Amino acid sequence: MALDRKIAYINLTTGDVEIKPIPLEMRKKFIGGRGMDAYLLYNHAPEGCDPLGPENPLIVSGGLLTATCASATARTHVMAKSPLTGLLGSCNMGGFFAPEMAWAGFHHLVITGRADKPVYLWIHNGEIEIRDAGRLWGKNSTDTQWAIRDELDDEEVKSMVIGQAGENLVTYACVMTGIKNAGGRTGLGCVMGAKNLKAVAVRGTMDIKIAHPVDALEHNKKFIDQITGAKVNQIQGALGTPFIWGATNCWGGVRTRNFQYNQMEYADEIEPEAIDDYAAETMGPHHMTGCFGCQVHCRAQYKIQSGLYKGKYDEGPEYTSLGAFGAEPDCKSIETVLTGNHLVNQYGVDNLEIGSMIAWAMELYELGILTSKETEGLDLRFGNDEALLQMVHNICTRTGWLGNVLADGGIPAAEKIGKNAFDYLIQVKGMNNLHSDERATPGLALNIATASRGSDHLRSRPAIDLYHLPEPVLRKIYSSPVPYEGPLSSEHTEYIGKPWQVFWQENVYMAVDCLGICKYHTVFLGATLPNFEDWPEVIYYNTGLEFTPKEIWDAAERCNNLERLFNLREGLTRNDPKKGDTLNHRYFDEPCRRGAPDVIGKRIDRDKFNVMIDEFYEHHGWDQDGVPTTETLKRLGLEKEPTRLL
Amino acid sequence: MDKFLTVDADKCTGCRLCEQVCSVMHEGVSNPAKSRIQVIKWEQEGIYIPVICKQCEDAPCMNVCPVRAISRDPEFGFVKVDHEVCIGCRSCVGICPFGAMGYNGDTHQVFKCDLCGGDPQCVRFCEVNALEYVSANRVTSQKKRKGAARQSAAERQAVALG
Repeated sequence: MALDRKIAYINLTTGDVEIKPIPLEMRKKFIGGRGMDAYLLYNHAPEGCDPLGPENPLIVSGGLLTATCASATARTHVMAKSPLTGLLGSCNMGGFFAPEMAWAGFHHLVITGRADKPVYLWIHNGEIEIRDAGRLWGKNSTDTQWAIRDELDDEEVKSMVIGQAGENLVTYACVMTGIKNAGGRTGLGCVMGAKNLKAVAVRGTMDIKIAHPVDALEHNKKFIDQITGAKVNQIQGALGTPFIWGATNCWGGVRTRNFQYNQMEYADEIEPEAIDDYAAETMGPHHMTGCFGCQVHCRAQYKIQSGLYKGKYDEGPEYTSLGAFGAEPDCKSIETVLTGNHLVNQYGVDNLEIGSMIAWAMELYELGILTSKETEGLDLRFGNDEALLQMVHNICTRTGWLGNVLADGGIPAAEKIGKNAFDYLIQVKGMNNLHSDERATPGLALNIATASRGSDHLRSRPAIDLYHLPEPVLRKIYSSPVPYEGPLSSEHTEYIGKPWQVFWQENVYMAVDCLGICKYHTVFLGATLPNFEDWPEVIYYNTGLEFTPKEIWDAAERCNNLERLFNLREGLTRNDPKKGDTLNHRYFDEPCRRGAPDVIGKRIDRDKFNVMIDEFYEHHGWDQDGVPTTETLKRLGLEKEPTRLL
Repeated sequence: MDKFLTVDADKCTGCRLCEQVCSVMHEGVSNPAKSRIQVIKWEQEGIYIPVICKQCEDAPCMNVCPVRAISRDPEFGFVKVDHEVCIGCRSCVGICPFGAMGYNGDTHQVFKCDLCGGDPQCVRFCEVNALEYVSANRVTSQKKRKGAARQSAAERQAVALG
């Protein structure tokens, strides 16, 4: 049964391992995955703890449905206090790691302490061993995984690892699994590095008993047909996420040259179709691959055709690599994008963050805030492909003054660079924004400003807002499972009704993260995809647990409030430019210069934005400072937290 | 019955859904170790190859079985194990050249693909058609067409260069 998967507490300082069952009432309250992780973090991280200290718990999990007979349950979730933001650290990755961990008997790992020398965890059919990783230290993310397989003499071992960026404590280092699956955001690879933990290796052959196998199988088929029947997923399956980048760039929603433009011009070589042609040339017509149990297969395979890395195999690039190595530095070469993508996968660093950091440094260089003295002669202008890739090396290996400073993350770097460098840093809560531009889309702007892990599109983005769906359709989606009678607008440049949409999406995304399912299998990019009404059956058939749509909603809201409580405890205040629910001033002050007619000239209206925040807090039952009221905590059963039940 | 299960590894995306549904269908559990099909991967190169019983005509498992527990299903043509007769010596596991005969450590029984009695679930769930359950004639005619297209393209190119 999925319900008999265990939680393990591993102390790397003492070597102690404790294994416990997960009580059913905890499942009903927090479901699993990210939601349960939020409970564990709030309960196990001491207030104000040092993110790189031994007391910061690194929590690794699969969801309630991971590796059951549900569709696309590949997601691994990782949580800790973030070394990048000092607030909630949380990342989520695809691949094959979490299913293997579930077959090995575990849903959650809580890793505390710090090993005195490099180690890795070996988790196999209910057993946990701490092993020496001396020979693995210094290796990149893929070599580490293959070396672990060699050592354990098992090709089926799946590992979650860090590359050199995590070892070097780059504050936005990733955890990686497979070729390119990355738990990218909030720097949890850095937390692994600080713990001297090079990898977590898992292998399992334990049954996950399906409660109602025949129904689960038939329901899975129905789900898959629904998911692959959606046009958006068919295009994702052909072009991957570059398709979203291409579409977004068309109307003017792609952040370019740090924040100077909202559209990249003359980008023919890195359009999604061009990338698809490149992948086909190097890997043949069937060059798309996917994560465990998923029929969307949104990831391209490619081999680099020229340059230093000629012949190297990799996967992607995703939207964020097109932003990081395309639009943001204004580099237009496909080789640069694919090489940059390869480098971040190998070093194990967040492509989104490193791309933003370098683009920020480029703008500072062109403004004279950084000079060739700080860059040590590197001509860090926009459009310099060579300088861009050199900076990736410098940051990941902490080489040179600037590489070392940028490796510390945006806010510490701004302090070290001085002058008004901070004004140009496009961040929320200390984490850089996705390479998209939300000045024309207030709903999306509200999403990044309030996302629990710092600027982020995968926490609450109402992406279907861009489709101009008729109001009755919007109302049907957004009025379930709790009624909503307030205003809604089909117009993506409007402010009305957006706070509710963002609130609703926040709960949907939390629910899928608790279940362990990919967001392409919910209302993210496709309005017809499953949500609250569709999940009770799949949960029941696979686990035997009964939930109503409203109970899933409540659990999601409960978990979101726990994340909020954690952030408030660690210093979030509403208007703090470094730790608050705010946006960089350029969102309000600088209008969009490019894009579709209804986008040019747009910027976020400060007053309307504040009203949106007020409304957003109100929907949550939070006060004007964004703090959950006593009644809200009681309603959600959180008034006694931390309760230390797990 | 002349239908058989074909594998086109080029099309396989490596998602392993086939392993998941196979073990659920046969055992009521999700566990690739109990799946009749397994996707073997060379992740470093992006190569994925589903491996499954070929239902051999001159089947080594059938030949090696000392108690004749392995026979061919008269209706669907798959090779099957009679667990009433099987003595659990696992000779078939050792001799299968494809590793397609499995051993279940919980039930102490060997297991293999039985084409789900004529409706293979791995095929049903494989949206990219890396797995197909089709007649022999259809397989060969498709291959002939592909081969002819390659030949014709090469000839056209030769003429153009000529």
